[in-house]
Amino acid sequence: MAEVAKNNINFKSDLQVTSVNVSENEKQKALDVLQNTTLPTTRVEAWKYTRVAKLGKIDFVNEKATISDISNYVIDDTKCSFVFINGHFSKGNSSQEIPAGVTITLLSEINAPLSKSSLTIEDEVFNAMNTAHLTGGLKIDITSNALVEIPIQIIHILKGDSTISNFKTIVNAGKSSQADLIQGFFSESGESNFCNSTSEINVAENAVLRIDKIQYESEKSFHISTEQVKQDKNSNFRINTFTLNGGLVRNNLNIDVNGQNCETHLNGAYLLKNKQHVDNHSVVDHKVANCESHELYKGVIDDRSTAVFNGKVFVRPNAQKINAFQSNGNLLLSDSATINSKPELEIYADDVKCSHGSTTGQLDEEAIFYLRARGLSERSARHLMVSAFIGDVLDKITNANIKTYTRRLLNDRFGWEF
Amino acid sequence: MPIELAGAVNHSQYKLVMSNYTEDELAKDLENQEYKFGFTTDIESDKAPKGLNEDIIRFISAKKEEPKWLLENRLEAFALWKMMTEPDWAHVKYTKPDFQDITYYSAPKQSKKYESWEDVDPEMKETMKKLGISMEEQKRLTGTNIAVDFVMDSVSVATSFKSTLKELGIIFCSFSEAVQDYPELVRKYMGSVVPTSDNFYAALNSAVFTDGSFCYIPKGVRCPMELSTYFRINEGGTGQFERTLVVADEGSYVSYLEGCTAPQRDENQLHAAVVELVAMDNAEIKYSTVQNWYPGDKNGLGGIFNFVTKRGICGTNSKISWTQVETGSAVTWKYPSCILKGDNSIGEFYSVAVTNNYQQADTGTKMIHLGKNTKSTIISKGISAGKSHNSYRGLVQIHKNAANARNFSQCDSLLMTDECGAHTFPYIECKNSSAKIEHEATTSKIGEDQIFYCLQRGISEEKAIGLIVNGYCKEVLNQLPMEFAVEAQKLLTISLEGSVG
Repeated sequence: MAEVAKNNINFKSDLQVTSVNVSENEKQKALDVLQNTTLPTTRVEAWKYTRVAKLGKIDFVNEKATISDISNYVIDDTKCSFVFINGHFSKGNSSQEIPAGVTITLLSEINAPLSKSSLTIEDEVFNAMNTAHLTGGLKIDITSNALVEIPIQIIHILKGDSTISNFKTIVNAGKSSQADLIQGFFSESGESNFCNSTSEINVAENAVLRIDKIQYESEKSFHISTEQVKQDKNSNFRINTFTLNGGLVRNNLNIDVNGQNCETHLNGAYLLKNKQHVDNHSVVDHKVANCESHELYKGVIDDRSTAVFNGKVFVRPNAQKINAFQSNGNLLLSDSATINSKPELEIYADDVKCSHGSTTGQLDEEAIFYLRARGLSERSARHLMVSAFIGDVLDKITNANIKTYTRRLLNDRFGWEF
Repeated sequence: MPIELAGAVNHSQYKLVMSNYTEDELAKDLENQEYKFGFTTDIESDKAPKGLNEDIIRFISAKKEEPKWLLENRLEAFALWKMMTEPDWAHVKYTKPDFQDITYYSAPKQSKKYESWEDVDPEMKETMKKLGISMEEQKRLTGTNIAVDFVMDSVSVATSFKSTLKELGIIFCSFSEAVQDYPELVRKYMGSVVPTSDNFYAALNSAVFTDGSFCYIPKGVRCPMELSTYFRINEGGTGQFERTLVVADEGSYVSYLEGCTAPQRDENQLHAAVVELVAMDNAEIKYSTVQNWYPGDKNGLGGIFNFVTKRGICGTNSKISWTQVETGSAVTWKYPSCILKGDNSIGEFYSVAVTNNYQQADTGTKMIHLGKNTKSTIISKGISAGKSHNSYRGLVQIHKNAANARNFSQCDSLLMTDECGAHTFPYIECKNSSAKIEHEATTSKIGEDQIFYCLQRGISEEKAIGLIVNGYCKEVLNQLPMEFAVEAQKLLTISLEGSVG
């Protein structure tokens, strides 16, 4: 499989190092898509501001690797922590104390073919690649009425040049269950490595699922992740995405709200410097009535970096009494930085309250002056302002360990104390 | 103060005397609303055969006795157009017109030019009367500041106030006259804002445009009256391709008004106009549009396809302001834009778009900030009723050198029924760190509490809805020149109506 398709992603060697059993039917379908679809160009509306052609120039490989010390990547010292290196489970680094009411299975250990994927494969090169060349991942089943007390942590680390990892997380949150999930994506070493991650998440009736996701790969790495979420009635889903490092990062959040009285919270913070490119896409599809969704994304964009925000809210016919709010704030710190923001609403029902707002600006010089007049250095004044700006989103983290860890990363990377 | 139901009172068939009028009934009435200005004038037309090819273009050009360069422009545009494909990114669905099934030239048969208003064909006068833009009234009100260049089926038949304007050095004439009389001006500015290759419809227009208006305001002149043009499509099966070019030289000011109505037709008619505005240093152009072409009947049959390219370019310290009230057309595809090239220039866009029955509108603006300290304001109000779809699509682009650029956008949508749709697609692109951009959009229906508040104070539901819609649009209607505001109100009344005044 030296070449998949023209202008598409190339693999140096056959990637069948995994033993994940994807059903033949689905695999073939995905391979067909890969064969017939090229990488999206900026002419494709969903990729208007993000160029991925670079990915077609790399010959990707996937090998198992080991890392002796992962302490830097541990976000929360939970007893339930699963570590993957290049998409392969690293048993030595994981602590598998599985809390009551939860079943966690490695995808490579499931003998029967995986159940049908909820991902869209047609025209979605990255989803198709993830399906056809799945490296590894895990499946989390939370039984009905389970109150999972400790967070489930998944850490994914890339190591080695031109390494590709097609990683998948499947979460089935049972009826009236409640759980917290932490996802961390890191890069130990290597240039042009690529993590192509997908998550298939089902939130059943009355269930509460919270995800905190930290993306901290290197400026030389690529990361594309797709979350396909389905919410049943009375459920509550929340995801906080923190993109703090990564050369090219693209997040696709697709939320299907299929039941009434659901709550959806999408929060995100992205802090960019140098030549980073971060693209956050979200689609909240309100198919039924009486739901609400809240979206808050804030970004700080410095140097020659580019950030993209595209949030879309659909309110389908007859989905009355929907409250959908979307807010995007951007702080530009350099004249070479770029922000492209596209908040969208498509409303087909009348009894709704939907709004979106987008702002772009810079630190208020008068506020800086105020702080300086009170003895703060220029640097601290600016840090304080930035931290207050981004703090709105950081405050959405409820787990103190994650908060501390995020602050540490921000301090490491930007020298900002929050 | 709410604006009184001026339109509704005038048109008794819309005046509803039901005492307990509910929103449901209003919705029903909206659906049953027939197009008021549906009629056809019986004037023999001098028509070109259907279809589009180089010969037709040569025919149009020859008919207009155009200079060679213009014909070459047209042929070049046609060659470009043939290579282009129709854009399909807009949030509208329609059967694409067959471009070979359109008559590209149609002029009222009289070749005689009118010397004065009295010479104009009485039937045509009647037409205008029905349109509610009575020239009689215009005449009676001579001196009240409206000069009308009346375009009926592509050829300008009556121009008034010309001599008054001439004294000031202002040129206001039909496009074909301008080509004859001021070829150097036309050649210099035509296509300078909307190049031939800009988009599919602009290329088509550049190839086959038949007439339009041309306006030039010399340096430092403040145009003393509102310049106004009424476009109307009269001949069934004809496309109307006008071209408007407004050039405001340094330090000048002009307010330009455009209004449209069209007779009822079952066949979809295509309208692809190009409007170019050039505001030089310190100049200001105010361009207002009231558009009320035939929107199709309540089953979505017929109606005009309105695919318009409007754009203005601003020099230093200049200002371009677009105001539009869009109530007609089956399909609207229109984005009046400003290129803020000069430092300190200002772009404004005020829009009310009303869709009813099966109408579809995809409209908005583009604000391209190139110069320093440039400012733009976007206020867009969409009202959807019936089974219509109303989209706002806008672009705010701050380029690298546009230091201290400022933008404020507000896009509100009002939904009147549960079968209509309101959509917002703003694009915000910023490459300068000193820029400040704000965008906000809301979508909702008229609040029950708002209605309740009015009812409690003795205002009927019908009036309450009118009051709320009026207040909702006021920000935009206030931008219209006073002479026009009345007409705009009328059109809002007619399209959203029965009671909504």
